[in-house]
Amino acid sequence: MSWHRLVAMARKEVLQIIRDPRSVGIVVAMPVIMMLAFGYGVSLDIKHIPVYVLDREGSWQSQDLLKRFQASEYFNVVRTVDNYPALVRAIDEGHCRFAIVVPWDFSRRLNAGGPVSVQALIDAADSNTANLAIAYSQAVVQAYSQKVQLDWLRRRGQSSVRAPISIDARTWFNENLESMDNIVPGVIAIVMAVIGTFLTALTIAREWERGTMEQLISTPVTALEIMLGKLAPYFVIGLLDTCLCALLGIWWFGVPFRGHWSVFFLSSTLFLLVVLSTGYFFSVVAKSQLAASQISLLATFLPAFLLSGFVYPIDQMPAAIQVVTHVLPARYYMAIIRNVFLKGSAITLLWKDLFSLALFAVILVLLATRAFKKKLT
Amino acid sequence: MTSDAPAVMVKDLVKRFGDFVAVDHVSLEARRGEIFGFLGPNGAGKSTTIRMLCGLLRPTSGQAMVAGLDVALKPEAVRQKIGYMSQKFSLYNDLRVMENIRFFAGMYSVPDSVLPERIDWVLEMAGLKGRESALTGTLATGWKQRLALGCAVLHRPPILFLDEPTSGVDPISRRQFWELIHQMAGEGVTVFVTTHYMDEAEYCHRLVLIDRGRIVASGSPLELKQQAMKGELLLVECEPVGTALELLQTAPEVLDAAIFGSALHLVVPQARSAIAGLRGYLAERGITVARIEPIRPTLEDVFVSLTSNKLEERSTP
Repeated sequence: MSWHRLVAMARKEVLQIIRDPRSVGIVVAMPVIMMLAFGYGVSLDIKHIPVYVLDREGSWQSQDLLKRFQASEYFNVVRTVDNYPALVRAIDEGHCRFAIVVPWDFSRRLNAGGPVSVQALIDAADSNTANLAIAYSQAVVQAYSQKVQLDWLRRRGQSSVRAPISIDARTWFNENLESMDNIVPGVIAIVMAVIGTFLTALTIAREWERGTMEQLISTPVTALEIMLGKLAPYFVIGLLDTCLCALLGIWWFGVPFRGHWSVFFLSSTLFLLVVLSTGYFFSVVAKSQLAASQISLLATFLPAFLLSGFVYPIDQMPAAIQVVTHVLPARYYMAIIRNVFLKGSAITLLWKDLFSLALFAVILVLLATRAFKKKLT
Repeated sequence: MTSDAPAVMVKDLVKRFGDFVAVDHVSLEARRGEIFGFLGPNGAGKSTTIRMLCGLLRPTSGQAMVAGLDVALKPEAVRQKIGYMSQKFSLYNDLRVMENIRFFAGMYSVPDSVLPERIDWVLEMAGLKGRESALTGTLATGWKQRLALGCAVLHRPPILFLDEPTSGVDPISRRQFWELIHQMAGEGVTVFVTTHYMDEAEYCHRLVLIDRGRIVASGSPLELKQQAMKGELLLVECEPVGTALELLQTAPEVLDAAIFGSALHLVVPQARSAIAGLRGYLAERGITVARIEPIRPTLEDVFVSLTSNKLEERSTP
């Protein structure tokens, strides 16, 4: 291994990156755009569902119930209408997803202590939102009816009555149950998987496509020197991009960072080795920039998005799929980086994921080293 | 490497691509300081051979020794001793002239102590002084070729492989290029060069003619001209040339006939004695003969008589 050749190789690669506006775009713009797009786009929270109401009674009690809907952050009462067809039309036209109809005898039946129903109309085209809306509305109504019950009992002189059981939830790690806090660290993993692979996927294929490979391999430079010389600049860029994403997460999205930077850098380094080697391997195999970039998108983005636990929790997947996720390095990085941001567990508790990531890094680096041969066709 | 050992020695080299035999049992030797021409039509196997000699392609069988080293066993050691210029321009177009030079100086581990002097020498040789910071892609072809040559000799290799170095280059740049090659050969560098330009072949010390992967003749340009022709050469200027060519191909005593420019070249056993007979033969068949006389063969005559396919690009010397 010659230091001289390694440095010359890396310097040449840097010059080419700087000269190529596309790679500057990938390096700088792509992480920022992906962070913003995913950070805002993949929010799993459902809040401020637009609601129409039809209050057929208009008593203080019916208004009291509706105020509770308004007060909930999950609902947003956008309009009150005075006839049923208007409600149906609003749902048809998509102005609201949820409509509440209070019957004309609401307060009378309530005061009589009898059961009273409030009708809810739900646009269930998006079943996930519909389910959540039903659950949220039940919670609102339950809380209200409990209050009515207690008031009724108190009026009868039973002043010490309390609700029998209640859950006193104390949420950890993501205290406000913000799905963004969970999403953003995950996005960092996705961004790194895509960019890391993409960056190196072009590097060898470009030399073949432009015909510069023939001259390069006629020199005494070794395959290992070519690989290390090419990966080194991208490794530095990759680490800078990871930091950029992390800072965006912390400062822009307000995600906490509870772990230690050393864990963050160790796991990011390992993951970068994984993705850079993968991209390099694709580049060697594909020999064309288009094919290499397409393979790398397919092979990294989709699995990282669907199977790493980013959107769907791995323990909720079918058993067979769960097994498949084990050969996905992104899965381990995803787990570590979420932990680093939200939990901040000691490194000793993360050793399993770190070890798996390191194992993949070793395997893929070796694979990349072996893949490239200094021969034509 | 001892001084009398051949710079390049090839024994029974074969390269097959599937069923196609690109190089068919080629054996040759190039001596030190020699300009060794490798001549043949496109697709004859010149580039394939040169790539095997540089260790870029694995031979199907046979042996190649370059600078006294077996290419198959010590490819990297061989590469340190050779400079290679591929047929297609393959420096980095998106790097500046100086950046390409520095990159290849790095690849060949040129020591820092001699680097400034080497860079200066290459710039001077390529005529690129003052254009160090030009983007390589913006240079004209002639400059590019000289820069490519410069980048291939930064480490002062004893052996240089040039694959059609002047294709697509204007005549003045070609001459300048060959002057460089001669200069290097004068300094003891062995230059192994492929070409299909016949005038360039005349500049070589020794030639090997290759056709369809096989060597069909070898020797100095003069030897080739004397030995390779099966007879003597006649130049015929006549009208109409096309009909005359057809007639002469079946005429008695004519071994071969081919069009050269606007005239015909005939190969006959004895030039002097054939003239009268041929004159009569053509006149009887309504061909007007303007001139018919013996000439000295050029390499192109040799080439045409030895290879089955015609050259794609022809140059008149």
